[in-house]
Amino acid sequence: MQKIPQWADVVLVPLISLLLAAIISALVILAIGQDPVEAVKLMVIGALGSTYGWGYTLYYTTNFIFTGLAVSVAFHAKLFNIGGEGQAMIGGLGVAIAALYIPWPHWSIALLACTCFAAIFGALWGYLPAILQAKRGSHIVITTIMFNFIAAGLLNYVLVNVMRPPTSMDPATASFPPATHLPTLHDLLLPLGINFSRTAPANITLLIALLAAVFVWLLIWRTRLGYSIRSFGQSGSAAQYAGINPVRITIITMLISGGLAGMMSINTTMGEAERLILNAPEGAGFIGIAVALMGRSHPLGVVLASLLFGFLYQGGAELAMWMAIPRELIVVIQALVILFTGALDNMVRMPIEAFFAALRKSGDAK
Amino acid sequence: MSLMHKFLGAATALSFSAVTAIAEPALIFDLGGKFDKSFNESAFNGATRWATENNSSFKEIELQSDAQREQALRRFAESGANPIVMAGFMFATALGEVAKDYPDTKFAIIDMVVDAPNVRSVVFNEHEGSYLVGMLAAQASKTGTVGFIGGMDIPLIRKFACGYVQGVKSVNPDAVVVQNMTGTTPAAWNDPVKGSELTKAQIAQGADVVYAAAGGTGVGVLQTAADENILSIGVDSNQNYLHSGKVLTSMLKRVDNAVYDAMTQGADLETGFNIMGISNGGVGYALDEHNASLITADMQASVDAASGQIANGSLAVHDYMSDNSCPVE
Repeated sequence: MQKIPQWADVVLVPLISLLLAAIISALVILAIGQDPVEAVKLMVIGALGSTYGWGYTLYYTTNFIFTGLAVSVAFHAKLFNIGGEGQAMIGGLGVAIAALYIPWPHWSIALLACTCFAAIFGALWGYLPAILQAKRGSHIVITTIMFNFIAAGLLNYVLVNVMRPPTSMDPATASFPPATHLPTLHDLLLPLGINFSRTAPANITLLIALLAAVFVWLLIWRTRLGYSIRSFGQSGSAAQYAGINPVRITIITMLISGGLAGMMSINTTMGEAERLILNAPEGAGFIGIAVALMGRSHPLGVVLASLLFGFLYQGGAELAMWMAIPRELIVVIQALVILFTGALDNMVRMPIEAFFAALRKSGDAK
Repeated sequence: MSLMHKFLGAATALSFSAVTAIAEPALIFDLGGKFDKSFNESAFNGATRWATENNSSFKEIELQSDAQREQALRRFAESGANPIVMAGFMFATALGEVAKDYPDTKFAIIDMVVDAPNVRSVVFNEHEGSYLVGMLAAQASKTGTVGFIGGMDIPLIRKFACGYVQGVKSVNPDAVVVQNMTGTTPAAWNDPVKGSELTKAQIAQGADVVYAAAGGTGVGVLQTAADENILSIGVDSNQNYLHSGKVLTSMLKRVDNAVYDAMTQGADLETGFNIMGISNGGVGYALDEHNASLITADMQASVDAASGQIANGSLAVHDYMSDNSCPVE
């Protein structure tokens, strides 16, 4: 039933989609009277041309890997978790509580503990929609997106009324104690003789993100639980017939998904801001959906797609700084990529399928 | 590997050559966006005024996310921009980090105090200006109920609300002030649709003058107020012209002056603490041809009297942020 070869599915389709998005973006930039070649150059150099650029690109990439994995895991059980944003916010709350109220002797212990707190808090925020879906049939898309708003409201209340230092008017917690500050890539790479940018926010969380990707791969394709999740996603009734408990699988999948989304906040809250701010996930929860779609819910695909979106984010920031391109148009460019790689997938896929079918036919005729 | 090094080296050189030639001031807008017709736009107008008068130019960026604050500050500082002006209290932490790394660059932050030798902190006495427009609102109201619509629910906006309520009650102690905040995230600075809905809800509760202290969200408030034929009060910039004859007045917060001053002083920017209140023209209320018919001579006289009293210190308006509470509601 393989209509097109694997390599075409994994490489060719996304590349052509990207190319189309790039062409339309170029037309948009041209239409507002700017030079698209200059813009591309600025984006590439700004995002990949220096360790500073890489530092920001990888910082965003780390966020997207976590949320992309979160969405992917849920996808395998055909659960559409669009609550990554809220789960990450509440995960951030867990990080802040752990980092502020417990005196940690060393960053490594703090990192372990905060990771657990972030995952548990994020998982709990995924647990409620999961229960509602599993036991009451409330659709997970609706409940998770509503829980994003509840999370934002809760976080705002906590930051403004409880955790804000009395003299500050910024709705944010106090800065975390120095013992919890994570080593950046600069600190990690210096012993290896690489002088990475000191100011870029990419930090050790990147390694945790990559570990999480390996963990998800093992979980989905190498464990019984992963098999249950996949069978439940392929056909709920068949899985149930085979003795897989749908309530249990729904809840466990959402716990894992929420935990992964929550872990994103280690990067933003502990790694970058070193305090909890409002809106710390900055939309990464939603970008995670596009990342999972583009990465075909495979951890390797998610990592690559995250890198692409990290590039778009950092490149976009450079565009905004050095060219007269308003930020709305940078969102347009990012949206075009999402549109072509996610929503308009079939537009590219079908002609390619036809092309390969024709190729095969002419091969058979000979 | 050496090829990679060469490539990286060349790319770095390129990126530096792209940015080193500049030695002009920079302005960083907050998340509300440059054209919010309010706070950020006021900052933009100040910078534009400086640029036209001096036949010069400035660098600018509208932020997309919080992570870009520090990034924008560092990039502008590294490119040699001086001074770097930022509009918004949310920059405080990022600036605290960055300022010490660039001791030769001068920074100016609006709405917040950052204690560093190369930073100028500009704060406004918004409660004083809000008190004045509160007096006007109470005098213009026929129902005895007036409204307040804030942007994001934060102490700064409660400071506006508290000054406003004090002004209203000073004229009419029995007046009711309906208060709403637009939201709990920075998106609340830029949500005119929600602003419009809140205005309708306040009208339903009897409000006939509504004060919007909500950045870009206020555009929706003013529009709906004009459509529903009640009065509104603008904020930060003079917004009287948006709906001539329908906007009672605007609480002026001269962010433009603060930006203009900073850019005029240039690299020799005087650092330290800078309070802009009624006494030095930092805040006030707007009177022009668009609202002349709405403000009677009596109203103007009473407000000008209060203004004088606040300026000479005989009338103290409570500042919400001094103790995080408001004596009136």
